[in-house]
Amino acid sequence: MVQQIVSDAPIVQFTNCRILRSHQLQREDLWVRDGKILNPEKLFFDEKGSADIQLDCKDSIITPGFIDVQINGGFGVDFSLATDDFKSGIDLVSQKILSHGVTSFCPTLVTSPPSVYHQVLPQISIRNGGVHGAGILGAHLEGPFISKEKKGAHPEHCLRTFEAGAFQDLLATYGSLDCVRIVTLAPEMKRSSEVIQELTKRGICVSLGHSVANLSQAEEAVQHGATFITHLFNAMLPFHHRDPGIVGLLTSDKIPAGRRVFYGMISDGIHTNPAALRIAHRAHPKGLVLVTDAIAGMGLAPGRHTLGQQVVEIDGLNTYIAGTKTLSGSVATMDTCVRHFQEATGCSVETALEAASLHPAQLLGIEHKKGTLNYDSDA
Amino acid sequence: MRLVILEDYDQASEWAAKYICNRIIQFKPSQGRYFTLGLPTGSTPLGCYKKLIEYHKNGDLSFKYVKTFNMDEYVGLPRNHPESYHSYMWNNFFKHIDIDPNNAHILDGNAPDLQAECDAFEKKIEEAGGIDLFVGGIGPDGHIAFNEPGSSLSSRTRLKTLAMDTILANAKYFDGDLSKVPTMALTVGVGTVMDAREVMILITGAHKAFALYKAIEEGVNHMWTVSAFQQHPRTIFVCDEDATLELRVKTVKYFKGLMHVHNKLVDPLYSMKEN
Repeated sequence: MVQQIVSDAPIVQFTNCRILRSHQLQREDLWVRDGKILNPEKLFFDEKGSADIQLDCKDSIITPGFIDVQINGGFGVDFSLATDDFKSGIDLVSQKILSHGVTSFCPTLVTSPPSVYHQVLPQISIRNGGVHGAGILGAHLEGPFISKEKKGAHPEHCLRTFEAGAFQDLLATYGSLDCVRIVTLAPEMKRSSEVIQELTKRGICVSLGHSVANLSQAEEAVQHGATFITHLFNAMLPFHHRDPGIVGLLTSDKIPAGRRVFYGMISDGIHTNPAALRIAHRAHPKGLVLVTDAIAGMGLAPGRHTLGQQVVEIDGLNTYIAGTKTLSGSVATMDTCVRHFQEATGCSVETALEAASLHPAQLLGIEHKKGTLNYDSDA
Repeated sequence: MRLVILEDYDQASEWAAKYICNRIIQFKPSQGRYFTLGLPTGSTPLGCYKKLIEYHKNGDLSFKYVKTFNMDEYVGLPRNHPESYHSYMWNNFFKHIDIDPNNAHILDGNAPDLQAECDAFEKKIEEAGGIDLFVGGIGPDGHIAFNEPGSSLSSRTRLKTLAMDTILANAKYFDGDLSKVPTMALTVGVGTVMDAREVMILITGAHKAFALYKAIEEGVNHMWTVSAFQQHPRTIFVCDEDATLELRVKTVKYFKGLMHVHNKLVDPLYSMKEN
């Protein structure tokens, strides 16, 4: 048999571990080379290769890296703050979140004036992760095309509507869509359908949120291409049995065949009551995506911090707009959210881990390389 | 011939594993001094492999200086098919132990020239200095490896068409669908196994009882290819009570009476830690 040497990079074998594969924790070794999960059987028979380094995991669980599709900052860094030193800030966050299990993320900008988008977005570059830090999948732009009534912590004076130009208005506001991965908008806004279609056409994920949309408006948005719901229950109409609003998408029968609507959940024990978390999880378990919605204060001591154009106050895991009781982002890390989610719903470890890995990967259509420990996926 | 009779499948598996373990350790394998082991697949040896893996995990046994040669492989079945013997060996043995991939030999049933593959396999065995211990199982029809009834008792590694009995028995591994079961295999010959310095045959279960009877109480016969080992100077049959059901009481009593002798082969169980 001809021996094909595929790579000279060292082969690492993680032993004595349980790995999440095919929706189950399995007692298998995990093999990695060159940042990719390796099929050890092929290595053995085709390359006649073996591990260069063996690491005893002492019965730990190895999960696919967590993917945080909504993170506003952390460790003192605020992605919505336009500074010339933006790059070192994002580098710091990407490095720090590794220890919370997050290996890729979508830096999220809350509603900001156009000048901020124009200054910040060109400084965000899509890149792979590594020991230096988590990978950047592209920006999540939450606003400014959102509802005044459900603006949450977003600054009202920066909110915008779609005027005659619709998609052109959005382009003018953001400047460039090159590194944009997700846009959160309110689907009840006039001309939002054409914007949703244009964004979807460009491979950008449209998320519904900060909205007073009723169910039929939300369903229409999904039919036009929207696939995500931004922090379910938060900043939307509360569930009503005659019009369940955006929440109704979880059990809607008007979702086009073969499509799945995902929804973000801030599972920090504060933004969503555990009972609400359970309702969502039981209604639509395969769409649940854990997000931190973390702000600059994550990883920082309690006190006052800035979020976009505003000042917020951190008290334990609670974060308010300073001087008010309006919730404003979270300071819980992803690993905390995964644990809380598992405790609150009583779901399996596998389910909890997949809500932070496989599901966000499926949302972004990157499950062939992220969100699983399948062979040839990113390690 | 030795006939080792244990109470049940688990004990037979453990006895066989202990024997293999002791043989390897007594050999004192080292760089340039490899112990060569012939290996079977199928359901019978699974318990034995489990035990060997256990000894390895405990640090008692290393396969670093062991070369293995597998008996057979299906023809035309993709290597990564879950029922290929490559997959079997990987999942049930190789991935759990420290064997060097370069020392684990399995016939390639997808080789462009199958006879050349077989010839090369014989050559590799020869270059390794022959097989020290060939471990085998048998089918209910008494076949050793894929040497179906009627195979020459001096056969070498070659392409064989499987008997209908074997195909039927294997159908359970292919969703019960006969059309999916491979009909041909590459297999070592009876002569190839006969050349080993020692042969150990595992036979368990009542369904193998008639084959065991044919193997040891009747004459050498190419319709029961395992009977050829009557002429091997060092053959050891390891079986459970169920497999002895067709044997004469006299035969069973005689060999059971020898168990205290046989057990000295596996007790004490050696460990590489002590070396």
